[in-house]
Amino acid sequence: MAGADGGVTRMRVLIRPKAGILDPQGRTVERALPALGFGGVSNVHVGRLVELDLEDPGRLPELCERLLANPLIEDYEIVAPPAGA
Amino acid sequence: MKFGVVRFPGSCDEVDALLAARRVSPAELLWHGDRDLRGADAVIVPGGFSYGDHLRVGALARFSPVMEEVERFARAGGPVLGICNGFQVLCEAGLLPGALLPNTSLRFLCRQVEVQVTGRPTAWTAACAPGDRLSLPVKHTTGRWWAPDPVLDELEAAGRVVLRYAPEANPNGSARDVAGVASAGGNVIGLMPHPEHAVDALTGSQDGLCLFRSVLEHGALVAP
Repeated sequence: MAGADGGVTRMRVLIRPKAGILDPQGRTVERALPALGFGGVSNVHVGRLVELDLEDPGRLPELCERLLANPLIEDYEIVAPPAGA
Repeated sequence: MKFGVVRFPGSCDEVDALLAARRVSPAELLWHGDRDLRGADAVIVPGGFSYGDHLRVGALARFSPVMEEVERFARAGGPVLGICNGFQVLCEAGLLPGALLPNTSLRFLCRQVEVQVTGRPTAWTAACAPGDRLSLPVKHTTGRWWAPDPVLDELEAAGRVVLRYAPEANPNGSARDVAGVASAGGNVIGLMPHPEHAVDALTGSQDGLCLFRSVLEHGALVAP
């Protein structure tokens, strides 16, 4: 459920490998695409999506820094899902 | 001197680590849920798949109750050895620099490798001579140690890169062939190869014993 139903807010965190660090998963996917007829695709990176309901969304950045992402090797981005999602 | 070997849910090398440690001194298992090192004078964080490797290798184990005690022990100068998953846990805990990423090949590797003892002597490598080549097995999917170049420059300058894969034999794509690194105090080290699987001629190599002997002979130099 989106919004503040039940006193919680649905949020998403996108976690991706930091730029400049070799991402073999992304590279493997990228290399596979031409054989499937998808030319012209570049800069493929594979990360993770974490969805959570929070009573206090203000604490999400701290939660990301401490657990969801390793800031040394990963960037994270907090996204509120579109209304009605 | 007593070794304590941590067991997490999902650990799989803790018994080999226990038996390897017992070749040089008494050792017992420590449970992840206990806030108690049971009087251990040296702690081994073993290999395996702690907490199922969920989220990110080592990320959840790092917050287990026993790790609070291991961190306190390490920060007070106690000798701590992280092997494979244990290395990943110690990096996540901030006790060692860098992080472990998926092997460049994305494949699970299981093979014997040659590693060279480098850097300055530490609690866990002092009994090995610098330049010694050790034959040790590796078995991992997430063993590509990485740190930003400036950090790696500092580590090399301080002699804290303590094990390196032999030239052209780097199995996982780790930065500058790093196989193991030490804390600033030299009491904590982590490595991807498995010294605990190389303690008996029956399995091809006894080269791993020198790590366990090091802490017995030299660990007191940095003990808390």
